[in-house]
Amino acid sequence: MSKSILDSNDINRAIRRMAYEIIEKNKGIGNLCLVGIQKGGVTLANRLASQIELIENGHIEVGTLDITFYRDDLNTKSEQPVVKRTEIPCNIDDKTVVLVDDVLFTGRSIRAAMDALIDYGRPANIQLAVLIDRGHRELPIRADYAGKNIPTSFDARIEVTLEENGSSDSVILVSG
Amino acid sequence: MIQSKDLLGIKELTPEEIYLILDTAAGFKDVLMRDIKKVPPLRGKTVVSLFFEPSTRTKTSFALASKRLSADFVNFSVSTSSVVKGESLKDTALTIQALGADFVLVRHASSGVPHLLSNILDISVINAGDGANEHPTQALLDMFTIQSYKKKFKGLNVAIVGDIAHSRVAKSNIYALTKLEANVRLICPPTLTPAEVDKLGVEVHHSLDKGLKDVDVIMALRLQLERQSKGFLPSLREYFKLYGLTADSVSHAKDDAIVMHPGPMNRGVEIASSIADGNQSVILEQVTNGIAVRMAVLYLLAGVKK
Repeated sequence: MSKSILDSNDINRAIRRMAYEIIEKNKGIGNLCLVGIQKGGVTLANRLASQIELIENGHIEVGTLDITFYRDDLNTKSEQPVVKRTEIPCNIDDKTVVLVDDVLFTGRSIRAAMDALIDYGRPANIQLAVLIDRGHRELPIRADYAGKNIPTSFDARIEVTLEENGSSDSVILVSG
Repeated sequence: MIQSKDLLGIKELTPEEIYLILDTAAGFKDVLMRDIKKVPPLRGKTVVSLFFEPSTRTKTSFALASKRLSADFVNFSVSTSSVVKGESLKDTALTIQALGADFVLVRHASSGVPHLLSNILDISVINAGDGANEHPTQALLDMFTIQSYKKKFKGLNVAIVGDIAHSRVAKSNIYALTKLEANVRLICPPTLTPAEVDKLGVEVHHSLDKGLKDVDVIMALRLQLERQSKGFLPSLREYFKLYGLTADSVSHAKDDAIVMHPGPMNRGVEIASSIADGNQSVILEQVTNGIAVRMAVLYLLAGVKK
């Protein structure tokens, strides 16, 4: 059974609010860099960046991070993951890096992402922005910015569709 | 995805598996370009090399690949081990498995040794060269290098020049290139033409200039001096004259052709120094790419369900 949780308008509003929150918390975008986690976080990072640039009328760096080599489930997954690009456009030393992902679940991807990021430099601090926080954390990790908190059963699946132009965005909960 | 726990040869791989290895290697190449050239996926795994034939570059490349993946690399030294005391290959292999290895890299003068070990062992066996049969990771790094320059394989003209009959590198490259739908030309003296060449799906040339006409990629092979005592060649000087890559012979290839060599090179035998060091040469890049490709192989095999 599947249920629509957010439609295109809801998602736009959530992204706009998160953009304001990121700017407010960091007092501007001077020392900021967004990094989207491959592959669900990449579009969201780009969307957040354009929104932030619109609000602040300035430029913000956006990167992508592949966490495949840092995962802890190489031997338990049934299929080998396909490696995607990592592109960190700026030196992240002493920057505030906002990691961006679509769904926050067990927290294990975020753990992997932090390990991966730290191999590229030493950020002043790392924050986390997610569109959906669905609970069930297995590690002491929380989001600094969340589009929406959705209580789910562990077996449920969340399907996020995000496009660069926002035309057919949706978040759907598929119960397990 | 990779189906087998072992990498025995290119012959056993599908085109999809080859492309998966190349794509994964691209990710590792990025890692090798960073300041911190190490990633953690093989933490706690152990790679043991079992080399019955000399090797510097393959072993060093695998050792670095293992260490960049955070695995432990141990060399099982054949010349000082119980092998010289008469231990059988099987017992040696089982011992390595019992020592707790997760991967064994094997190089042997006899074809089929990795296949034999694959049946005996539960751990992953990687062929690092077996007789005149295959040297799969060399072919994979060659494919990776070609792809980085030529972007595609289909319709690409690739010439493999030299001692094809004795070359496991040539054999693996022929399998890889034909699976990826490149056009393969073998250029070699009649005495060094492999047996049953008509079954390989390749063109055979005995004239270097004609064979190199309009090729995109030239792969030189090492003339295996240690295997030339049987009178295949009149002299090395004549061999260089007829089959050595020189500015003159390479000029028959396309202007943007790349020149490759698996190493170690015999300068002045199969390749002139001006070509080996020239601007079409990608020989040193092959060495760098070898680490990324071997990382990809270890990484992907580690993820295969046993």
